[in-house]
Amino acid sequence: METKPDYLIKGGKRLDGRKLADWREISIKTGVIENADGSAQVDFGKTKVIAAVYGPRELHPRHLVMSDRALVRAKYDMLSFSVEDRKRPGPGRREHEISKVTAEALSSVVLTEKFPRAVIDVFVTVIQADASTRITGLNAASIALADAGIPMKGLVVGVTFGKIYDEKGKGYMAVDVFKPEDQWGQADIAYAKSYNDNKVVLLQMDGDVTKEEFLKGKEMADKAMEYTYKEMVKALKGKYEVD
Amino acid sequence: MENKQLVTPGEVITEGMDYLPGDGTYRDGSNIRAALMGLAQTRDRLVKVIPLSGRYMPKKEDPVIGVVKEVRYSNWVLDINAPYDAVMMVGEAVDRFIDLKKDKLTNYFSVGDAVICRILHIDEGMSVMVTARGPGLRKLTDGQILDIAPSKIPRIIGKGASMVKMIKEYTGTRVFVGQNGRIWLQGGNEELTIRVIKKIEAEAHKAGLTDEIQKLLESEGNGNKA
Repeated sequence: METKPDYLIKGGKRLDGRKLADWREISIKTGVIENADGSAQVDFGKTKVIAAVYGPRELHPRHLVMSDRALVRAKYDMLSFSVEDRKRPGPGRREHEISKVTAEALSSVVLTEKFPRAVIDVFVTVIQADASTRITGLNAASIALADAGIPMKGLVVGVTFGKIYDEKGKGYMAVDVFKPEDQWGQADIAYAKSYNDNKVVLLQMDGDVTKEEFLKGKEMADKAMEYTYKEMVKALKGKYEVD
Repeated sequence: MENKQLVTPGEVITEGMDYLPGDGTYRDGSNIRAALMGLAQTRDRLVKVIPLSGRYMPKKEDPVIGVVKEVRYSNWVLDINAPYDAVMMVGEAVDRFIDLKKDKLTNYFSVGDAVICRILHIDEGMSVMVTARGPGLRKLTDGQILDIAPSKIPRIIGKGASMVKMIKEYTGTRVFVGQNGRIWLQGGNEELTIRVIKKIEAEAHKAGLTDEIQKLLESEGNGNKA
């Protein structure tokens, strides 16, 4: 969208017809990359991300080796055709940051002490971007880790939320932001939890909201998270369902 | 008969302190949760999760097939399809004495050689030692090696080696199954053996697989036991 729209929500409906607490359609597939030890594709609406996991395996370079546990290394990138204007290939400031927070979020659930000196490599690639890519990527990575048979405390689940405005400029909290809302909204927040112990493993905000607005958005996001978690479990188990 | 239940990481398997957390599980307060994607199983008071995927983790006494990666002054480094390489010392290679001053180690094993060996020892730092001395352990000089998912190996072997025994009987192929996901085969109807092993790998989570495989072997192997 070239120019800032007059509103992102009107009459209770967002630009794509959703209500404030609605999330986009979620589709999850596991085992999409046969060469990898585990993999998953997660689609949140038009945002499509593939994650592949390799390892545990020998860690190079050697100076990164930790004698008592494994390193979780993540690499996030976007394909050049994932956005409208060609994305310059290769990691930049933004990609390095997302790789770092993804690795840290995953490290908090993986039982790294089971694999001293090794590395677990996670590659996250955005095929098509329509906002919330880091969270979609983190969800895909979490499923790919489970698919790879890597021991962990539980799954990481993420959802985004943000603040969008109506035609009078009044702000509302909305769940699972898409491109125009991410670009023009007053705030967008990436939020992920280690699902079963309810601990926050990733929280980033662009823009500003009041404490009340934040808590309202978080409450809605928690509902979306519950649904996302169920979909993730369904996708993982679906692979082994006996007909 | 034990009950098996498909679980994902973090899922509560049992509540209360009556049970003990085994492999692939952990205790969280009074709950036992799954640490792996797999089949949860409770036997006596022990709860464990059998993985459905994942790399091979070396365990003491496991028979494995290693491939020589490096020859050093007094030992060989073997790739055992695990996150960690294994080391075979000179004394563990052959039954006779190797004199480091006179003998060349490459005369015994050189880079690329496949070896049936056994895990001797693993320490906390995950340094793995193997031996090629013992019944059935040797260098492989013929046949072929098939790579399958290590998590499917128990299914290939079957209860009390029933599955692998059956495959050998019907195909006449010599088979050695390494715990690390490498299977050596030689002779007989190798093509059928490979097909059957691949089928077991693909359908490992199904019940009643032994009967299905037996039917396949009977129809494909001309109904005769070799």
